[in-house]
Amino acid sequence: MNRSFNKSQPLRNVDCNAVEVKSKYGAEFRRFSVDRVKPGKFEEFYKLILHIHRIANMEVMIGYADVHGDLLPINNDDNFCKAVSTAHPLLRIFIQRQEEVDYANFGTNTITRKKKAVVALRNNDVNRKRPHIRIGMPQDFRPVSSIIDVDILPESHRRVRLYRHGSDKPLGFYIRDGTSVRVTPHGLEKVPGIFISRLVPGGLAESTGLLAVNDEVLEVNGIEVTGKSLDQVTDMMIANSHNLIVTVKPVNQRNNVVRGSRISGSSGQSSDSSGSTDDLESDEDADIVIESSLKRPSQRSNASLAYQLHRDLNLHSNPALRHSNGSLHKILSSLKTDPRHSLALPRGGVEEDGTVITL
Amino acid sequence: MKRFRRHGQESQRDRLKQELFQFNKTVEHGFPHQPSALGYSPSLQLLAIGTRSGAIKLYGAPGVEFMGLHDENAAVTQVHFMPHQVELVTLLDDNSLHMWTLRGHKGLSELLEIGRFTLTGPPGAPPSVTRVTAVLAHTSGELLLLGTEGGHVFIVEVPGFRELEERNISLDQVAASVPDDYIGRRNLEHVEALQENPINPNQVVIGYGRGLMVIWDLEKRCAIQHIPATQQLESVWWTEDGSYILSSHSDGSYCRWMVGGEDVNDEEEKSDIPYGHFPCKAISKIIQLPTEEGPPFLLFSGGMPRASYGDRHCITVIHCKTHVALDFTSRIIDFFVIRDGLQHTGDPSALVVLVEEELVVIDLQTDCWPVIQTPYLVPLHSSAITCSHHVSAIPLKLWERVIAAGELQNTHYSKKPWPITGGQNLAPDPPQRDLLLTGHEDGTVHFWDASGVCLYPLYKLSTAGVFHTDADPNDNMNQGAEGEWPPFRKVGCFDPYSDDPRLGIQKIHLCKYSGYLTVAGTAGQILVLELNDEAAEQTVEAKVVDLLQGQEGFRWKGHTRLDVREEPVLFPPGFQPFALVQCQPPAVVTALTLHSEWKLVAFGTSHGFGLYDYQQKNTVLIKCTLNPSDQLAMEGPLSRVKSIKKSLRQSFRRIRRSRVSLRKHHVNNTAKLQEANARLEAELAEMELAPVQRKIEARSSDDSFTGLVRTLYFKNWLFPVLVYVKAFSDMSLHFLVGTNGGCVFAYMLRLPPVEHRADEPVTAQPAKEIQLMHRAPVVGIVVLDGHGAPLPEPLEVAHDLARSPDMQGSHQLLVISEEQFKVFTLPKVSAKMKLKLTAVDGSRVRRVGVAWFCSSRTEDYGESGLVVLTNQGDVHVVSLPHVKMQVQYPCIRREDVSGIASCVFTKHGQGFYLISPSEFERFSLSTCYLVEPRCLVEAPLHSGSSSQRRSQPDGASSTHRYTHAARRVMEHALLNDESEYSRERE
Repeated sequence: MNRSFNKSQPLRNVDCNAVEVKSKYGAEFRRFSVDRVKPGKFEEFYKLILHIHRIANMEVMIGYADVHGDLLPINNDDNFCKAVSTAHPLLRIFIQRQEEVDYANFGTNTITRKKKAVVALRNNDVNRKRPHIRIGMPQDFRPVSSIIDVDILPESHRRVRLYRHGSDKPLGFYIRDGTSVRVTPHGLEKVPGIFISRLVPGGLAESTGLLAVNDEVLEVNGIEVTGKSLDQVTDMMIANSHNLIVTVKPVNQRNNVVRGSRISGSSGQSSDSSGSTDDLESDEDADIVIESSLKRPSQRSNASLAYQLHRDLNLHSNPALRHSNGSLHKILSSLKTDPRHSLALPRGGVEEDGTVITL
Repeated sequence: MKRFRRHGQESQRDRLKQELFQFNKTVEHGFPHQPSALGYSPSLQLLAIGTRSGAIKLYGAPGVEFMGLHDENAAVTQVHFMPHQVELVTLLDDNSLHMWTLRGHKGLSELLEIGRFTLTGPPGAPPSVTRVTAVLAHTSGELLLLGTEGGHVFIVEVPGFRELEERNISLDQVAASVPDDYIGRRNLEHVEALQENPINPNQVVIGYGRGLMVIWDLEKRCAIQHIPATQQLESVWWTEDGSYILSSHSDGSYCRWMVGGEDVNDEEEKSDIPYGHFPCKAISKIIQLPTEEGPPFLLFSGGMPRASYGDRHCITVIHCKTHVALDFTSRIIDFFVIRDGLQHTGDPSALVVLVEEELVVIDLQTDCWPVIQTPYLVPLHSSAITCSHHVSAIPLKLWERVIAAGELQNTHYSKKPWPITGGQNLAPDPPQRDLLLTGHEDGTVHFWDASGVCLYPLYKLSTAGVFHTDADPNDNMNQGAEGEWPPFRKVGCFDPYSDDPRLGIQKIHLCKYSGYLTVAGTAGQILVLELNDEAAEQTVEAKVVDLLQGQEGFRWKGHTRLDVREEPVLFPPGFQPFALVQCQPPAVVTALTLHSEWKLVAFGTSHGFGLYDYQQKNTVLIKCTLNPSDQLAMEGPLSRVKSIKKSLRQSFRRIRRSRVSLRKHHVNNTAKLQEANARLEAELAEMELAPVQRKIEARSSDDSFTGLVRTLYFKNWLFPVLVYVKAFSDMSLHFLVGTNGGCVFAYMLRLPPVEHRADEPVTAQPAKEIQLMHRAPVVGIVVLDGHGAPLPEPLEVAHDLARSPDMQGSHQLLVISEEQFKVFTLPKVSAKMKLKLTAVDGSRVRRVGVAWFCSSRTEDYGESGLVVLTNQGDVHVVSLPHVKMQVQYPCIRREDVSGIASCVFTKHGQGFYLISPSEFERFSLSTCYLVEPRCLVEAPLHSGSSSQRRSQPDGASSTHRYTHAARRVMEHALLNDESEYSRERE
């Protein structure tokens, strides 16, 4: 049983794995701890928060102060995990009621402003001058793209990873055939190439700002596209769409990453240009198996319900499956009564991992 | 050390791969697409066909086949065998001449191009001077006479293609001696025909387009006789005894001219327009052949009355009182007659006609001149092929019954053996009996013997009799009205016109052990048939199955389902239908499986799938796979047309409306309209200028139609009902279905015990549903047993033909989607391993089959593998059960969509695909199972009439088996050389 948080735990534990949490709702503070290594799932954390603050039937938005003092939301496993792992030494939680949430505060130095009134004044000025930048609903608050492998690629190339998380948002770009000039032993030679021809306004590709029209596509998930037809490259990109890594040669070479030192931060998920199979396997897209369903779950909410259920199952170790049935039903019913959960649960969650079983 | 060992293992695996796999395109079955020329060598008994794509194909006895391809992509216009030799000359559209030979090599003959030549005229001459229009291969075997568009005849020495300029017959030489009173002397036009005097090789007749014929002496180099015909010449024939020349003309007439020593008798002896009175079409070729006793045979093509029968393709045969106009269904390319006797100078025995879509051989020695069934060159496309199905290793019993049923259908064919018998077929007997079944647009299924090089027709099944169709059942093609003129007789089986496109066969499944067959068609009809050796009259009961299952909001806009005949129908011996399922809506059946052990048929259309118990004639299970959001699926195949019509109508209305409004607000709107027009034009220009681009959009769960748009309809691929111990839960029978949306449904079946099979119902319960996360269409499902080997076919174990599967170890389920191969372990259904195809090289799986590969070195080693064809036209072999890519070969051109769609795999690593509507290409991935022509053609052993022969060092091949024959040929050649030498000295 890897229940990661336990109310009966002493407040100040000598265990260095524990992260101290200071949770603030209105004027009330609560203190508890979570396991740094295995923080558990967001849904459980959310329930715990509601329980601790005794606000069980309220919809709230959980935020935390990150190392820079920015107020960032916690609304999924990813950012919950990030919050716990970066908490130093204390994880400060701010709870706002759903209807009172001021989204404009997120991502800005809200916390700092509150602490230092003088600075806040100046910040307000700045805010007034700058047009308000909308960074998206907190529900979508996930990494959408990253530049990876800066250390191993030539400076003129850029490897971009797009995270789709199974969201509705299309990848949002078009590719076309074209010709590019290459330096060969016989001098300059025109060779056929694949180029980005259009970005869909509001699409994922455009929102990252890392891809542009007329960028030449060199690789898709570590596989070179030379010698492949437009349709082949299209199919490759679509087949990898849940975790698309494209290496491009940007048409605008002025914004390239300047490599100061050899040791630059390469992301853990870097893919070698040789396209090692391990990396390809890592994006395991598990399939849903529905067992003897008397009626097919026709709506997504059911699927996410199943998913949620599965998450729960994973929490309990396998032999305990039967014992946990009771709590399972509890969660199930609680989910049913609370429509927000099933709706807020991102679709992409289903694609993460594991097998889904509906009973 | 570890590394070293792994390397060793890999190289061992590589060696094994070489022993197991190899790619060959072995033979082309069927009828060549767009034939353009025909040639025949009586001495070799070989037939040659040239095609518009530049291929040249030679056929002899069944199994003797050669194929060559010209480098130029030009049509072959003429093929001429060099008399009494193994060489042949082809003339191409681009005016080049090519010399081919059959060369012996390792005991087999191969067709080889040995020379090419293009006539070069004097500098400054127009190209027409050297444009070849007529070719005569002289019986000496050393000369080629080339008549040209400019009217000259060039003489070329072969095989070296040396121009003998001094012997050329120029137009001026001929024109000088033309009688002054001949009207056409100003312009004789091109050389239309060249013929040699059968009794004097030094005399040739040159026929000019304007009508004039000149008999020319090659030795004296002068004209002997002028024949002043005045109609446009079409062809010339010199009779066997050398005393007459027949000429045919563009007005549908033919004339007979006496050949006299002096230039006195230039009167035509006989002239006739056979189908006269009204203007007739040209007689393009005329032949007259003598018989031992009695009058000669006269054969000519064309000459039909222009107005009433100008569109018929006819060859007229006249002998004694018999006069028949053979009416072909496609354009006549050429024809020739095979004659009896060792020297091929006897009575005419068979007429061979090459028409655009088939080869027809008519027995001229049996009364009524019946057709001889062709063992090869059979038109596969007598009605368009809509699907194909291959069954390997047919049990002898079924084979014999199918053949017996087929023989009863072929009683109208001649009993005579195939008259073209050149060459020897050295291929070993096929190791097993294979059937290829082709489904056709007219509702027929053809059974072909696909064991060897010749794709031989065995049996033809028609399903049209079950339904009411528009065709009149009494519509007899063969008999014209009594006393009709011309006396037509329909010949040939090419009939591209389908009575009702709904009859088209889309899926076929034959159980080779039980003789049950199921076929499914375009209008959602599924027939279950049983092989019966007796004719039977029975009513076929129809069961209508509603696949929508109450789903509302769908409206089918396609064709209606077929009307079933209520009354009993007499079915001839063979496969007789006894059960019929009709899907509602009547969409194309996209998947079909028969399980004869359990007496179940599974089927699917774009709307859903079902399971039918053909013993109880009842449905076990029906499931609709539609989503309420999928409106598109309901529109049917005709909806596109309709929507275009609708949009046209709308745009017309819009125009009308705009006109009306234009009248109303005249001034106001002109400017607006112009503006709109300009905008539209700009948009159009932009559309045209924009490069081809592709949107990168992931398949999300909702738009399962990304697949549908591409393939036009949902496919529910069904796969066999399966038995195993460790399935999803316990020992049970299962039924698996894969869909276009990347979903696999599994059902658990309960069959009543055998004694209650007829009355207790079969039940199916949903067991599992697997939704592939990448949502690509499922194209195949394979269940692997405990050893990782694919499960055998139903009844295979019962017949002791397969090892019973390992039921102890855990089974695995291999799901093949367009993009991935994924292995799940059972019963938990957890993903074990996968092979990504699309994500790695962008290609998609189109066809997949399980095949058994044997090692070419060690007899006892073999392994099964997946054979895969991708949308790039590549063939891959993927190992089982580890799904690792083994080999990859390019096979079909990527652009050849119909070729890729038509591909079928056999159980032993071979495959077929259509290279044209009428031809199957056979390929092999196996080193052991290879069906390819292996044949030998020897140089003809000589001829009586012509005097000289040259030695054939290449043609007479020397194998161990045929050394004796070869030696004889050599001796003969030497003798001939001697005689030639002595003759020359004289």
